[in-house]
Amino acid sequence: MGGPLTLDSPLLRMSGICKDFPGVRALDHVDFELLSGEVHTLMGENGAGKSTLIKILTGVYPRDSGAVKLEGQSIHPRSTLEAQGLGISTVYQEINLIPTLTVAENISLGREPTLFGQINWRAIRSIAEGAMAKLDVQIDVNQPLSSYSIAIQQMVAIARSVEIEAKVLVLDEPTSSLDTGEAKRLFDVIRRLKADGLGIVFVSHFLDQVFEISDRISVLRNGKLVGCFVAKELSRLQLVSRMIGKEETEVAKMADRKAKTLVPETGVPFLSATGIGRTNSISPLDLSVRKGEIVGVAGLLGSGRTEVAKLLFGIDKHDQGTICVEGKAQRLTNPRRAIRLGFGFLPEDRKAEGILPSLSVRENMMLALQAKRGWLKLLSIREQQQLADRYIKALKIATPDAEKPIGELSGGNQQRVLIARWLAAQPQLLILDEPTRGIDVGAKAEVEGLTLQLCADGMAIVFISSELEEVLRDSHRVVVMRDRKKVGELSGDDLNAQELMNTIAASANGG
Amino acid sequence: MAVKFQPSNWGRWVWAMLSLGLILLFDLLFVPGFFAIEIRDGHLFGSLIDILNRGAPVMLLAIGMTLVIATGGVDLSVGATMAIVGSVAALMVSKGHPSVVAVLLVCLLVATALGLWNGVLVAVFRIQPIVATLILMVSGRGIAQLLTDGQVIPFDDKALGFIGGGFLFKVPFSITLVLLTLAATALLTRRTALGLFIESVGNNGIASRYAGIDVRSVQLFVYAFSGFCAGVAGLVATSNIRAADANNTGLNLELDAILAVVIGGTLLTGGRFQLVGSLLGALVIQALTTTILTKGVPIEYTLVVKALTVLAVCLLQSERFRAAFRAPRRAA
Amino acid sequence: MKKHLSLLATISVFLLMVIGASLKFKGFFSLDVFVNLVRDNAFLGVAAVGMTFVILSGGIDLSVGGMIGFTSVLVGSLITKQHLGPGLSIGIALAVGSLIGCGMGFVIGKFELPPFLVTLAGMFLTRGLALIVSRETVSIDNPFYDKISAAKFALPSIFLVVLLVGLYLAHFRRFGRAVYAIGGSESSALLMGLPVRNTKLKVYALSGFCSALAGVLYTFYRSGGDPNAATGLELDTIAAVVIGGTLLSGGVGSLIGTLFGVLILGVIQTAIDFQGTLSSWWSKIVIGGLLLVFILLQKALSIRKSPGT
Repeated sequence: MGGPLTLDSPLLRMSGICKDFPGVRALDHVDFELLSGEVHTLMGENGAGKSTLIKILTGVYPRDSGAVKLEGQSIHPRSTLEAQGLGISTVYQEINLIPTLTVAENISLGREPTLFGQINWRAIRSIAEGAMAKLDVQIDVNQPLSSYSIAIQQMVAIARSVEIEAKVLVLDEPTSSLDTGEAKRLFDVIRRLKADGLGIVFVSHFLDQVFEISDRISVLRNGKLVGCFVAKELSRLQLVSRMIGKEETEVAKMADRKAKTLVPETGVPFLSATGIGRTNSISPLDLSVRKGEIVGVAGLLGSGRTEVAKLLFGIDKHDQGTICVEGKAQRLTNPRRAIRLGFGFLPEDRKAEGILPSLSVRENMMLALQAKRGWLKLLSIREQQQLADRYIKALKIATPDAEKPIGELSGGNQQRVLIARWLAAQPQLLILDEPTRGIDVGAKAEVEGLTLQLCADGMAIVFISSELEEVLRDSHRVVVMRDRKKVGELSGDDLNAQELMNTIAASANGG
Repeated sequence: MAVKFQPSNWGRWVWAMLSLGLILLFDLLFVPGFFAIEIRDGHLFGSLIDILNRGAPVMLLAIGMTLVIATGGVDLSVGATMAIVGSVAALMVSKGHPSVVAVLLVCLLVATALGLWNGVLVAVFRIQPIVATLILMVSGRGIAQLLTDGQVIPFDDKALGFIGGGFLFKVPFSITLVLLTLAATALLTRRTALGLFIESVGNNGIASRYAGIDVRSVQLFVYAFSGFCAGVAGLVATSNIRAADANNTGLNLELDAILAVVIGGTLLTGGRFQLVGSLLGALVIQALTTTILTKGVPIEYTLVVKALTVLAVCLLQSERFRAAFRAPRRAA
Repeated sequence: MKKHLSLLATISVFLLMVIGASLKFKGFFSLDVFVNLVRDNAFLGVAAVGMTFVILSGGIDLSVGGMIGFTSVLVGSLITKQHLGPGLSIGIALAVGSLIGCGMGFVIGKFELPPFLVTLAGMFLTRGLALIVSRETVSIDNPFYDKISAAKFALPSIFLVVLLVGLYLAHFRRFGRAVYAIGGSESSALLMGLPVRNTKLKVYALSGFCSALAGVLYTFYRSGGDPNAATGLELDTIAAVVIGGTLLSGGVGSLIGTLFGVLILGVIQTAIDFQGTLSSWWSKIVIGGLLLVFILLQKALSIRKSPGT
């Protein structure tokens, strides 16, 4: 393998792929092609069909029509195992490994080397050590996977795929849990795999990374292929507009609009946390938020951003420092107390911590409000329906009606329902943890706009995001975290990318 | 509007209805005199009444079990609780506590306390429900046996005997109790936010907690309530035989209760629950058993039939199974 | 190392109990008592080996007791009423047990039915079948049988062999690794390409086989079969496995732990026998209490284990 990139003999060719689900046409005659030694990125909003296309390729779903040819041979993978056997390997966004088994066991799972018919443990160990060394990651492969951070776990997942000697490697949002350093390391590995002739399908939302690593970019929208472009010949603005279908000028205008509504507010802080910390989790730090102010929390992965949020909301108990709300000291021991004080919290992991999948959109929306009222005073059906209708309209939630189970909505719409949940409860302080994570560009812009609107209306907001530009753009002040410590706070003129990076980097060098 | 009659809620307990319908149809066609209801000694008698009467304990258990399963848990200890309650009741009566009210109160208190114990293990110590309730299931029967020293203790108390054997307005009192419990539970869960909270906790406990629901209290409640229902069931069963039999009272009934709940459409994994469905499920089980006995089939076959019923219900409720019968996969 | 903390705890409890009982009761600490202990609990132990695999895979098997009753009367009837040789009868019983286990495993794997309910059906089925085969106990009068029943070390040896085979399967066959993986995270195991459905089928077939074998051991032990044998034994089996350190959620645990879990249960019963005055209901209460202690212990250990990612 490893011949010249020719367009007549692609490694992988999917043509005319169609897939229907009850009520929706997920893919409409989509073509996708991959050359060996190429990184071809698949982009599109949520619901555009990216993950469906991937699942057809990897054998999770059967296709309704169309052809898939791997190295010229027609294939019909009916399971992930079959796809793996054909040479198509996938690394998923959620770490799909076994947390209770060791790193070494995970890497060889299902293909354990045998000696005289029985499992060869020494070989398992050496294979794992070799695989991790290839990725330049030094860890003890005999420890359970769960004892390592998500970033390391992802590396193990990638190492496993590499060991399987895949011909086609599908990376589904691989960097969403990696920091810049680890992402860089991943790209080095990708380039190495490219040179070896692997074809790589890359799915990602991070525009910078997409442009850095891709050879070609295919854009899907509403189940159709919008176009396949050579990365070098495409500008960021062009790409984004293709994805959301808006005119390029409109997208540019959206960015401007955000900058204008930013107005700093003075006054007594609504929330004032002094020296709060939690042993083995967060070092004592100060954080305050005024009404009508957005305080961003920025930092690399593992810096403790979500932990800070969970401390403020009472999910984790702080064992140092004090929290004052409107001047009065409070013991925030659980979320209910926080909610009673006027807090709201949009968690990072909406699937595990946010949505109640079988319950309807309406029930999901009114939950926090109802919890506030207590178990006795149930909101009448009419009140509930009015609430649901109001927010479905206001937040443009795409759902046929309020009774649909939220689990059937796309990620972006689920996020909107969760935002509605907290708006309904009318908090005075809203903590948003990665509110635009995993949702499409169009929805991202709307969420940002909504955040700024709420702030203008007088809400205090804590805005956590791993996208530094986003944090800088939307915040009045930014708290900078590094290694579970607060290392700085930027405001005014210091509020720029350079200063932010400096602040994060400075402490790293200082130790 | 208390019960939400929406298509999404329908699908599940319709199966229970259908199963019950099928069994009764069979009885209508093949078991002469099954539907005969006559009045003897001033009350209603007949196979149908028999089903309702004998099924009362399981129905009561199923009501409490429904809420527990809805939170994603399970209560294996209800049978043992029934036995303990029976022992306590018999002991109190035999030691000369004539006040029925006192006996009832103590028994229900004990049962609720046992339920609360389970609740604490699950909610506070965060122990898996199967294991937590397994502990009481294993040791509870031992406790019940200890209290009565393994003997069957008969008692002769008219008031207590009424609970299981008496008739109110010609209808067995046990049935009245079931209906009362059902009504009270339905009101409690649907007219307040409790039902919503229970379904929420079962669907996603973490998200419920972050949304401000007091998950711990919800869990404590459902297990305590399950214990309470087991207490009522224990009183009915004990009163039925007018004796405390620690070895056999409630034996394996928890399994029947769980089966009833599943037949009724509540998923074992939790979330949406169907109270009426659970009662129908209990009726299905009891109707099956009674039909078989009336037909003269030896008892051992009821077990095999029960087994096949469980399997059939599970298969019908399984998405995978039903999908296998829909349009065959089109190979591309 | 922390992985082994749970196992160490189990072994410690066992040792403490043995020491305690030996101090309290004269004659407790003797080889004879120990061999009898293992002999009395051999069938529980064999069933527990099968149950360990099932629980490790994240499932549960409630049909164990029923299977023991069923295979015991099946063997008994085949030998006594049909006059088949013991070897053939045992072979048939083992085959039938494995088949039933296969059936349950098939339905659980293919249609994703909850193991709790399917094996519950299995329990009803086997109890029913047992009663259909014979309503009463069946005694076995066969020279081969008498020899085995008399041989003191026969049952313990069989248990040991089963345990060793189990250990081999768990650690040196892909099947065993797949079981651990499925218990750890079934969704991930699927995506990693493991034969989940197949493995589940094998796990329940294995458990069916072990339960059937336990039933056979029961017939050796009692020189006969009893349709009502082992009522509630599934609970004891689960207790042994849990006390042995296997998490009910699956993915973590070991057969060595189960061995000690079985031994602990045996020590409790023997100690109560030695005590003489305590009624046997106490064993249930003690087992329940032990279960509680071990669960809390497992909880405490797991909280300390994860550093929090």
